[in-house]
Amino acid sequence: MNDDSLPRPLLEITGLHKDFPVSRGFLSRSPAVVRAVDGVDLNIVSGETLGLVGESGCGKTTLGKLVLRLLKPSAGIIKFEGQNVGALTGGQLKEYRRQVQMIFQDPYASLNPRRKAGDIIREPLAIHGLGQSKEAEDFVFQLIELVGITKEQLQRYPHEFSGGQRQRIGIARALALRPRLVVTDEPVSSLDVSIQAQILNLLKSLQEQFNLTYLFITHDLSVVRYMASRVAVMYLGKIVELADNDELFIQPLHPYTRILLQSVPQTKPGRKNKMLLYCDMPSPYDPPLGCPFHPRCPEAMKICGEQPPDTLEHSAGHRVACHLY
Amino acid sequence: MPPLLEIKGLKTFFYTKRGIAKALDDVDLQLEAGDTLGIAGESGCGKTVLALSIMRLVPSPPGKIVAGKIIFNGADLLLLKPQEIRSVRGREISMVFQEPMTSLNPVFSIGDQVAEVLRVHNQISKQDLRDRVVELLQQVGIPSPRDRLKDYPHQLSGGMRQRVMIATALACRPKLMLADEPTTALDVTIQAQILDLIDRMKEETGTSVIMVTHDLGVIAETAQKIAVMYAGKVVEYAPVEQIFSTPLHPYSIGLLESIPRIDIQSRTKLLKPIFGQVPSLYDLPPGCVFQERCSHTMRVCCEEMPPLKSMRPNHLVRCWKYL
Repeated sequence: MNDDSLPRPLLEITGLHKDFPVSRGFLSRSPAVVRAVDGVDLNIVSGETLGLVGESGCGKTTLGKLVLRLLKPSAGIIKFEGQNVGALTGGQLKEYRRQVQMIFQDPYASLNPRRKAGDIIREPLAIHGLGQSKEAEDFVFQLIELVGITKEQLQRYPHEFSGGQRQRIGIARALALRPRLVVTDEPVSSLDVSIQAQILNLLKSLQEQFNLTYLFITHDLSVVRYMASRVAVMYLGKIVELADNDELFIQPLHPYTRILLQSVPQTKPGRKNKMLLYCDMPSPYDPPLGCPFHPRCPEAMKICGEQPPDTLEHSAGHRVACHLY
Repeated sequence: MPPLLEIKGLKTFFYTKRGIAKALDDVDLQLEAGDTLGIAGESGCGKTVLALSIMRLVPSPPGKIVAGKIIFNGADLLLLKPQEIRSVRGREISMVFQEPMTSLNPVFSIGDQVAEVLRVHNQISKQDLRDRVVELLQQVGIPSPRDRLKDYPHQLSGGMRQRVMIATALACRPKLMLADEPTTALDVTIQAQILDLIDRMKEETGTSVIMVTHDLGVIAETAQKIAVMYAGKVVEYAPVEQIFSTPLHPYSIGLLESIPRIDIQSRTKLLKPIFGQVPSLYDLPPGCVFQERCSHTMRVCCEEMPPLKSMRPNHLVRCWKYL
């Protein structure tokens, strides 16, 4: 362990872009692109949980895949502990993959149905040549006990488990290599609420125990409220607001964040008079000029349709990209 | 005035190779005209089967309504002949499903699909039919509806498709609309639009609504009454204000404590999950269905199912703690 008296970012993302080419029919001359991630700057500090929220199609999953280097960025740099992730090759890349792991959304699709739970959890260890030692085996047993799977269950196949238990297997697999950073993409959205709470609490206690850093991707704002230390709100490929958890939920600045927060149904009967958006998200194939949110924004001004707003630091640690500020 | 809908002792079982799954077991419910009743519960608790039973759309075999009464507007729906129930469906009771892409037919235009309900249940001229469809699409907030009549479902976004479903469901001004997870597949900002739309349409047409959802927040914001279901049973039935301020059943209490909330600083305090998992409907324990996950289990809970007991006006609970 190095001395971490100063929280230096574990992961630094600068000017990140990812374009996907889309075909617009064979007669079309200009190849079109979708800007799934469009100029993202983001730091993740060791030990924190950075919540990344947004609606479907905003690019949050693509951002997660870029961090894992499952996709290569079109432009921009991702640095992990100062090392450029895009330039890693061979052994270095393998070591990076050991340190950065993923927990998937759908525990039904992300476990191989033909392998036993024990083999699924041990596979990453085998790939990295760590599987043989007694120590590794002990760690696996310690891990499954922590996630709530018994030794007998290691002999079972995924279909014999419920959704919540499968997610526990997926978590044990991700942690088997003792990663530093874990990207979780909608880890509880396919689970019932009573099971969801079990998994969220498990992720929290594992974070404490192994000093994990989470990039927590979700569409569910109440889950982010519970899990994250800082929250980034994404809209059409851009981070529109970033702040500490309390700050963002109590004093949201961006009109999109405010509407998003008001849209969440709460367990308070009789809450009325929400701000509503009266149109759909624009197509990412044909994003609006200027601020991506301006066609739906109740506070849009003339300038919003003309040029995209710069991201500015409104107060310490609270960044917003909006012409209002 | 008698309630619009009264369900008494309803049992819907599924007879499969694995055995008998008691999807609904002795369900009692009522809905006053003009109200919204929320049905809450986790997957497999029987909430969708309840909606399908009211519509008499339980797939049979393997499903069968084996006992009970569903009294709608004075008549028992379970006694109606097949052609009689067909004239109720779509005209007096309609349904909005969770996934608008799978419940709209991909090979017909949306104009045709909204028109179909009107054509089946009314004698109506072509011109009137077209005008009425345009009017309906306008009411549910589809922009420039006259130009969209020939659009196919794949040309619309998820929120727009759900609006078309709602237009279809409300075309004949039904007395009751069943909405089964109508917003689960949608983003939150679109969800807010659709819930607002259902609320406005309800006021305009006087339609009563049964809102089936796993999201207690949706029920809090749309319903007057709530029924909490667990493993095929209604465990608590109450006005919404009461369920959120003073829930009585240990399951309702557990559910409310396990939901992360956006309005409180909850990060430092751990959620209280309900331990264990939902029992299999094929193999329910004798006695109370919640006994294995309950922190108040007594001996009687493992022996006999508690009856629904009235604690306050309109507040019923099925738990031995209160007997």
